[in-house]
Amino acid sequence: MNNAEIISVKNLTKKFPMGLGEFTALNGINLTFFKGEFAGVVGPSGSGKTTLLNIIGLLDNPSDGDATVLGNSSKDLSVRQAALIRRKHMGFIFQTYNLLPVYTVFENAEFPLLLLKMSTGERKKAVLDALEWVGLSDKVRSKPAQLSGGECQRVAIARAMVKRPEIVLADEPTANLDADNSHHILQTMEKLNKELKTTFIFATHDDKVISHLKRKITLIDGKVSRDENIKQ
Amino acid sequence: MLAFKLALKNLIGAGLRTWLNVFVLSLALVMIVFQSGIIHGWDLQAKIDMTEWEVGGGEYWHNLYDPYDPLSLNDGHGSLPSELKKLYNDGQAVPVLVTQASVYPEGRMRNILLKGIDPSQNIVKLPASLMKGDSLVINALIGNRMANATRLNKNDMVTVRWRDANGTFDATEIRIAGIFHTNVASIDNNQIWIPLDKLQKMTGLDGNATYIILKQGITSAPTVPGWIYKGHDILFSELDTIIKSKSIGGLVLYIILLSLALLAVFDTQVLSIFRREKEIGTYIALGMTRWQVVRLFTIEGAMHSILSVVAGAIWGMPLLYLVAKYGFAMPKATEGYGLTIAEKIFPVYSLGTIITMTIIILVTTTIVSYIPSRKIAGMKPTEALRGKVQ
Repeated sequence: MNNAEIISVKNLTKKFPMGLGEFTALNGINLTFFKGEFAGVVGPSGSGKTTLLNIIGLLDNPSDGDATVLGNSSKDLSVRQAALIRRKHMGFIFQTYNLLPVYTVFENAEFPLLLLKMSTGERKKAVLDALEWVGLSDKVRSKPAQLSGGECQRVAIARAMVKRPEIVLADEPTANLDADNSHHILQTMEKLNKELKTTFIFATHDDKVISHLKRKITLIDGKVSRDENIKQ
Repeated sequence: MLAFKLALKNLIGAGLRTWLNVFVLSLALVMIVFQSGIIHGWDLQAKIDMTEWEVGGGEYWHNLYDPYDPLSLNDGHGSLPSELKKLYNDGQAVPVLVTQASVYPEGRMRNILLKGIDPSQNIVKLPASLMKGDSLVINALIGNRMANATRLNKNDMVTVRWRDANGTFDATEIRIAGIFHTNVASIDNNQIWIPLDKLQKMTGLDGNATYIILKQGITSAPTVPGWIYKGHDILFSELDTIIKSKSIGGLVLYIILLSLALLAVFDTQVLSIFRREKEIGTYIALGMTRWQVVRLFTIEGAMHSILSVVAGAIWGMPLLYLVAKYGFAMPKATEGYGLTIAEKIFPVYSLGTIITMTIIILVTTTIVSYIPSRKIAGMKPTEALRGKVQ
C-alpha cells in the first residue's frame, strides 16, 4: 500500500433488501483516496453517494468486496473497533448538521474530545482553535437553536475538525445553505484541507461544492462512471 | 463519569419532560415515606398509649381468664397470690377484677364489662381517683366512647345488674363520677370502671382479681402458680398484627405509586429513543460504541431517580417535617374501630425506609430505563442518522 493511500475500495458492492428482491446501491466499485485529497463523489439522488460514504466511514458494511480504511479492512473490524477508528481518525459533516440540541456551540465542538478523554486544558484550547477556524469564537455559549443554518454547519465543521482527523466525510454539507453560506463554508474547508492536510471526501450533487473539488468521482446507478482530477 | 456528565446535561436540556418525571417520582418517594411514617408513628404512639393506659409494664392473667371467651369470663379470677399481693402493696402493681354486667341507660339494656380497680392506683393513667368519695354511692368511671354510646354524662345515675359468685343476679344504681378521654379503645368501649373493693363486695369475690397490671420498668417477672405472665410482646401482638396488615396494605399503595412513576419514566425513555434517533446516530458516528449510547440513555433514565431524591428533599422534607411537628389528624370515625389510634398521629420517619426507598427507586428506574434503551444496540447507525425527528 502506498504511504499516502488512506482509503481503498475494491469491488465494493452494497445491496439492500427491497420488497421480495434486492436493490443494488453500489455495484463493484474500485476507488483509492490519498492523504490530503479534496474529493467529491457526485451524482444524482439514489446513485449510491451516501452509501459509499457510510461504508468508508465504517458506519455500514459492504455486501461484497472490501473497503480498507487507514489500513483496516472493513471485513475484519468489529463494531467496536470501527467506532474507535471513527472516534480517533474521522470527522463527519451531515446535511442536517446533526448538532446535539441541548449542548452549546462549545460543548458540541468539544464532544469528540470528551470521547478521546483529552485533558480539560487541551480540550479548551483545541475547541477555541476550531471555533476560530470557522469564525464562531463569539458564539461559544449559544445553543444550536439560536444559530443560523450557516452557523450550525460551521459548528459541525468545527466538531469534525477539532480532533484534527485524517479523514472528514461530508454528506451534502451545503444542501440546506444559501449561496453565500455555502461559499464561506467551502472556503473554510479548503483552508483546513490546505493547512492541516486533512482528506475531505464529499457526497454531493451541489454545483457550488463541485466547483471547489480537486477530484470529482461521478457515480451513476452504483457504478463509477468518471473519476477526474479537476483542479491541480 | 463522562456518561454521567452527558446524561445530566441531556436530562436538564430536556426541560419540562424531565421535571414532570422527576416530580412524579419524588411524589411517589415522599408519599411512600409519609405513609410509612404514619404507620410507624401510629405503631409507636399506640404502644406508648397502651403502655400508659392499659398494660403498664406487663400483666399477670389468671390462668382461666380469656378476654375473648364470654363463657369462661366469670370463672377467670382468683385470690391474689402472696408474690403479687406484695407487688400491689409496694405500689408496683394494681389488680383488676372483671365481670360481665348490664346497664340500662335511658331504659335500654347494654351488656358491658364491669371492671374494678383501686382508686388510689398510679400504675396506669386511668383517672381512678375520680372514683373516690361517698361510700354509700358507687362512683364509676367511663371513657368518652362509652359515654357517647350510652349518652351518659357526668353525675348521671344508671342501673347496673350483675351476677355474684353464686350466680345470683343483683342490681344497683351507680353514679358516673368522671368521663375520661383515651386513645386506647380497649379500656373504653362497653366498659365501666368502679372501685375494686366495691366490685369484690358486689360479686362476693373478696381479695380476687382477674389480672394484675405491673408498673412500667419492672423487668423481672417471677413465675406465679395459677397466673400467667403476659409481656409486651404478647399484649401488643394484636396491635402488631394490625400494623403488619396495614403495612402490607401500604405496600400495595407503594407499588401502585411507584409503578405509575416508573411508567412515566419508561414512556419518556421509549419516546426519547424514538425522537432522538438522529442524535443516537450522531453519537455513533462521532465514535461512541453502541453500548456506550445504551449506557448513556440508561443513566439518563436512572438519573431521574437521583433528581427525584433531590427534588423530594427540597419540597418533601419541609412538608414531612411540618406533619411530624403538628401531627396528622385522623378522621373521627376511627374512634369506633376499637383500635388504639390517636386523634393526631405524629409520623415517625425512619432513615432505613428513606434509604431503602431511594435504593428501590434507583434500581427500578435504572431497569425501566435500560429495557427500552437496549433497542439502541440493535439500531443501524445509518438508519438512525436518517431519523425523522430530532
